[in-house]
Amino acid sequence: MDLYAENILDHFRSPRGKEPLQKPSVEHHEINASCGDALTVQLTIDDEKITGLSWSGTGCAISQAAMSMLSEELSGMSTKDAERMKPDHIKELLGVPVGTRRTKCALLGLHALKNALRKHAKEKPQSWVETVGTEQ
Amino acid sequence: MSLDISVIRRQFPFLKKLRDGKPVAYLDNAATTQKPENVLHRLQEFYAEQNSNINRGMHPLAEEATLAYEEARKKVASFIGAAHPSDIIFTRNATESINLVARSYGDTLRKGSGITLSVLEHHSNVIPWLQLNERKDIAIEWIELQEDGRLDLSSLSTILKKKKTKLIAVTGLSNVLGIRTPLQDMIALAHEAGAKVLIDAAQLIAHESIDVQTLDVDFLAFSGHKIYGPTGVGVLYGKQSLLESMPPFLGGGDMIESVDRDGFKSAELPRKFEAGTPSIADAIGLGAAIDWMQSIGIDAMHVHTKNLFSYARKKLSTTKKLTILGPQSDEGLLGCVSFTVDGIHPHDLTEILGRKGICLRAGHHCTQPLHKFLGITASTRLSVAVYNTEEEIDRCIEGIEAACRLFCKR
Repeated sequence: MDLYAENILDHFRSPRGKEPLQKPSVEHHEINASCGDALTVQLTIDDEKITGLSWSGTGCAISQAAMSMLSEELSGMSTKDAERMKPDHIKELLGVPVGTRRTKCALLGLHALKNALRKHAKEKPQSWVETVGTEQ
Repeated sequence: MSLDISVIRRQFPFLKKLRDGKPVAYLDNAATTQKPENVLHRLQEFYAEQNSNINRGMHPLAEEATLAYEEARKKVASFIGAAHPSDIIFTRNATESINLVARSYGDTLRKGSGITLSVLEHHSNVIPWLQLNERKDIAIEWIELQEDGRLDLSSLSTILKKKKTKLIAVTGLSNVLGIRTPLQDMIALAHEAGAKVLIDAAQLIAHESIDVQTLDVDFLAFSGHKIYGPTGVGVLYGKQSLLESMPPFLGGGDMIESVDRDGFKSAELPRKFEAGTPSIADAIGLGAAIDWMQSIGIDAMHVHTKNLFSYARKKLSTTKKLTILGPQSDEGLLGCVSFTVDGIHPHDLTEILGRKGICLRAGHHCTQPLHKFLGITASTRLSVAVYNTEEEIDRCIEGIEAACRLFCKR
């Protein structure tokens, strides 16, 4: 299937989850230095549950569509489940083959989410290597 | 005399191979060029028939390898008009050449000395100086750009008036905007102010004949792989008196005259700056690339790439939703053109083009200060070489238009 499948282009053209939150519990910004793609994630966390999410950013269709798809998944998810989310899950959401050179595009949203959660838990941010994992 | 490009293309194995049934339109030549058969053949011949370490051993093969390596040095010297072959130092690439100057010449500078760069620079001509600044606390100053990206020489004059500048390190040709910088003027201004000049010629070397003595430039750096040679070999040219006055860069075998327990005496030029076994085959391959270019006719090559570049700019400038970065007129531009397309990120565009066998570069092209000046994070770059054709440019434009249709349809 083509990388630019209709669902990806649809999320890119009409991204979901960009309505800013009034009082986010945490806000975190991540970039992919190699291409300049940038995402900011806001989360509202109540009782170890993600009750609100918003994001903003600029970049390629893959990074923006992946973030848009991820945002639809997260509402109501426990922070524990979100922390455990694997890169493969993002690839399943995208539903198209993501090659090596686009992996960081696809996972920028997950990276921002993981580090937003860590920031909220007052932990140190994780590295790209930890986000991408070893299944590459 | 105009070139028969089909004859030239037949000499490049890379261009003959179909990918997904399509020929490759390789338009990423500012990153690296493809290699003609004679260069590939020379590498094979060296390893198969002449392979020995140089400057060592008395066996005849070692001498043959040494002679071939030194012959390559002579070819490079003559290619850029250097006074002596020993003014040519073989490095790994232009980046290493600049690092050599920043480490060696840089270490002779006193605290507070000025190094002047331009906002057009590739990171390879920025980071070595920022590193020098971390070691020595020097002053880095920037030649500003005019609105269209050309250098603002009045800002250079202002910097030079402070009389702190020891070296101006500047590109000869922007790897993003294709702007040919006013080297003669800058060198004259610098020398008047008692400053030296290093030219990063990584891009310029492919598009213009350079004569280092006529230019009176102090240092010049380039890579072999951007002029149809192998990767793994770069060149630093330096004026003899300067190179002689500089301390060695890397220490090791081959760069010494003598060593004892307390110290060492450096070898004479050029060996002083070539520690360890160099990329012998690649240097010889670069010599073969120079031979190949001369057999085609270097002036004719430059005419072809200039015409093709103008053709590409003309076609791009009439492509809808596309904005060319930098000057709107072609005057004084060469080699590469960068642009943005409304609604399509450069990575998506080059991905889509790449699937049609059309190779362009996307990203910040190792020029973050310039991209910040331009107010963008990434762009798409088209760069030409002698084997490119107008048909390839046309294919590229069609590809961009198709990508627009894909991204913009609703």
